[in-house]
Amino acid sequence: MSQTLLDKVWAAHTVRTLPNGATQLLIGTHLIHEVTSPQAFGMLRDLNLKVLYPSRTFATVDHIVPTDERAEPFSDDLADAMIKALRSNCAENGITFFDLPTGKQGIVHIVGPEQGITQPGTTIACGDSHTSTHGAFGAIAFGIGTSQVRDVLATQTMALHKPKVRRINVNGKLSPGVYAKDVILHIIRKLGVNGGLGYAYEYGGTTFDAFTQEERMTVCNMSIEGGARVGYVNPDETTFEYLKGRPYSPKGADWDAAVARWKATASDPDAKYDDIVTFDAAEISPTVTWGINPGQAIFIHEKVPFPNEVPEKDRSTAEEALAHMLLKSGNPIKGTKVDVAFLGSCTNGRLSDLQEVARYIKGRKVNKGVKAIVVPGSQGVASVAESMGLAEIFREAGFEWRGAGCSMCLGMNPDKLVGEQLCASSSNRNFKGRQGSPTGRTVLMSPLMVAAAALSGEISDAREVFGIK
Amino acid sequence: MALEKITQVGGRGVYVPGDDLDTDRIIPARFMKCITFDGLGEFAFYDARAFAKAEGQTHPLDDARFTGASILLSGSNFGCGSSREHAPQALYRFGIRAIIAESFAEIFFGNSITLGMPCVVMSGEDIRSVAKLIESDPAALLTLDLTEKKLSIADMDFPITIAPHAHEALVTGKWDAIADLLEGIDAVRTRAATLPYMAA
Repeated sequence: MSQTLLDKVWAAHTVRTLPNGATQLLIGTHLIHEVTSPQAFGMLRDLNLKVLYPSRTFATVDHIVPTDERAEPFSDDLADAMIKALRSNCAENGITFFDLPTGKQGIVHIVGPEQGITQPGTTIACGDSHTSTHGAFGAIAFGIGTSQVRDVLATQTMALHKPKVRRINVNGKLSPGVYAKDVILHIIRKLGVNGGLGYAYEYGGTTFDAFTQEERMTVCNMSIEGGARVGYVNPDETTFEYLKGRPYSPKGADWDAAVARWKATASDPDAKYDDIVTFDAAEISPTVTWGINPGQAIFIHEKVPFPNEVPEKDRSTAEEALAHMLLKSGNPIKGTKVDVAFLGSCTNGRLSDLQEVARYIKGRKVNKGVKAIVVPGSQGVASVAESMGLAEIFREAGFEWRGAGCSMCLGMNPDKLVGEQLCASSSNRNFKGRQGSPTGRTVLMSPLMVAAAALSGEISDAREVFGIK
Repeated sequence: MALEKITQVGGRGVYVPGDDLDTDRIIPARFMKCITFDGLGEFAFYDARAFAKAEGQTHPLDDARFTGASILLSGSNFGCGSSREHAPQALYRFGIRAIIAESFAEIFFGNSITLGMPCVVMSGEDIRSVAKLIESDPAALLTLDLTEKKLSIADMDFPITIAPHAHEALVTGKWDAIADLLEGIDAVRTRAATLPYMAA
């Protein structure tokens, strides 16, 4: 008793303590993609090792796939070599690959939950820092480097040290026009981009209780942007409802047994935390970033800060950010001209994100000066959205409707910013050069705020653009 | 797999100032289109170096005075962002063998240790002092001593800290966990058998 979910999952997956004091932790589910896995398979070959549990590794291709012309071979030879390498590594090792022709391809953090592979009480690893997304199901999910991808392939384990747990409560009801994205941007703004170092974040409180599974994923997704490698929400009826009937979810009597187990993995009411932080949902407004890390964020009605208004340790980064973003301290962020609007990514590329935006943009038009693209997070999301008529609404409004992938979140495919373009983006990182142009500028925000920027041609308050009261 | 016991790293230093130097900065994503880590070294801090050049300046990594430096000094939260091992791989292949910063992001830190590249923590004040010494004498040799937990340069010692488990792993030659993990395979199978989702 008095245990957190992390304590319970950690104990259930501990294989042994290694000589250097680290835990050899069993990783029940391993997700791989084309960018961080080929070198790991190469290392396995060099060491003459095999994949220990091929049935517990699942692959998809997301970072490098073009979102417009998807016929192979890709025009980019390097991208083409990467998808081919993944295909042959999966075939050779008996790994399930949600490849382009399967209709199940997509961003790895959208595919896992969609397929029912992501389950409560499990451990998950993937060579991608946004693996924390899966924590929304009460899984302990780690972003890992390529050498650890090798470790998991060869041994289904990793050497890890147990993190501390910070409970983050958000209580109350969000105002209309305020979303899960604003919640996590606000948390990172307040706790800092390295505030989570050494911690797992357990998100809870009445706001999270009321959140849908997809909203929880948006928050958990960005845990790493706050420095926390792991973020999770305790599983509840919302979680079970989401998972029921998905391809890899337990069926029949196994389902009932699984739900009983999953319920028992939630943190005990008297669980002990290393730290507790509480926020009031009513205090959160639509939030946008003004700088070059996700912690450099302000409410839409605030002004771009002066360097001397931020804590001294953050001042030099603030100056660098202002120079890169070409923003002037003291000016409102609202009204900043936007060149590109990107709706997608593992943070906000799910069906509910597209539904919410489509509801408001129906019958309206993207500003002439803006290139607006919608990139569904998976082929599954795309196909449902198309059958619901959402794609048509976006196209009629002047958005380009693309194929599934990571796309302009990090510009590893042909979708990139050009020059100093400013992008209103529903993604997770505003690092310098992140969206493919070294001088490109990224402003992170919720999907509806991206839509508001697309329609008005400038950073806007979606509540004003869409008359939300 | 016997690995080298890393107790000391010696070499010249280079100071790349800045806090929150993220992994996109260390290796922009467009250079990750590769299926091996070979050749990543030349892309370390690629955009930052190109910017400096375009503005008629010289990035420390391109400054001839620091050519061949193997100990990198920087600010806080070094390596934040993505889990890409390409970042420490690029620095290693550039010739870096140890990093000294005020703090490190967790995944970057782990990835670096696994390569046998120590990441040690020093106070910002000391880092700036060492940076001044390097600036005034770029040929000065630095010695990072993990046993004594200090950095020495020109008869001066500066205290460093490193997470105990990483320290242990480096000095005992166990910084790559794969050998230890493989020894536990039987225990892995036993543990996996207790988890219904792994049996399914």
